[in-house]
Amino acid sequence: MKLVYFAWLREHIGIDEEQVDLPATIDTVGDLLIWQKGRGDGYAIAFSEPETVRVALDQFHAEQDDPVDRVEEIAFFPPMTGG
Amino acid sequence: MSVTLQPDDFDISSELDALIGGRTSVGAAVTFTGLVRDMVKDQRISAMTLEHYPAMAQAELERIEAEAHAKWPDLTDSRIIHRFGTLEPGDRIVLVITLSSHRQVAFEAAEFIMDFLKTRAPFWKKESLADGQSDWVKASLKDDEALDRWKEQ
Repeated sequence: MKLVYFAWLREHIGIDEEQVDLPATIDTVGDLLIWQKGRGDGYAIAFSEPETVRVALDQFHAEQDDPVDRVEEIAFFPPMTGG
Repeated sequence: MSVTLQPDDFDISSELDALIGGRTSVGAAVTFTGLVRDMVKDQRISAMTLEHYPAMAQAELERIEAEAHAKWPDLTDSRIIHRFGTLEPGDRIVLVITLSSHRQVAFEAAEFIMDFLKTRAPFWKKESLADGQSDWVKASLKDDEALDRWKEQ
């Protein structure tokens, strides 16, 4: 599974994308956010306030209880500020 | 109906003419242009860098445009251009054009597209200040509130 990061999440983690095998215990977007927080210093900062992180599953906005199985690309980013 | 993401500037007049394409049924064209401001509170901005998620930004803006057309069947056509990369104060960031036979649909659809673009299109602004500092722009609560009026309808 491919994980991609944008804006200050990308800066804190230090990479813009990575390939990972998710633990079998992760079912939802909410589970994934908790797991991310425990993956190291940069992740701990990036995911310290998970409610401020937006998630997209295969380029569609997702909610906390959406399932993450059968997804190819998961994106993590702050609230959007375009326009 | 089309969406273009590009680093380069756009010409409003030629985009408008191209979208109308000589269709004389069009009685109203609304164009909205977003620009880079030079001040944030009391701080002078020297540059603004727009980061985006290319695949999703394109797809999300196309979905927003399709929603506008579903909501206003009399929306004749629309066009969205959003720039990315480093811009300076006064530069154009975004263009939305809506066409209809009458003005009300064109005005409403343009506002709808901008309200959803601001909160759902994956773009992030980083401001560089004149004193050398730079920081990510925080999302505005007003932008979220702007969406609520469309839910009531």
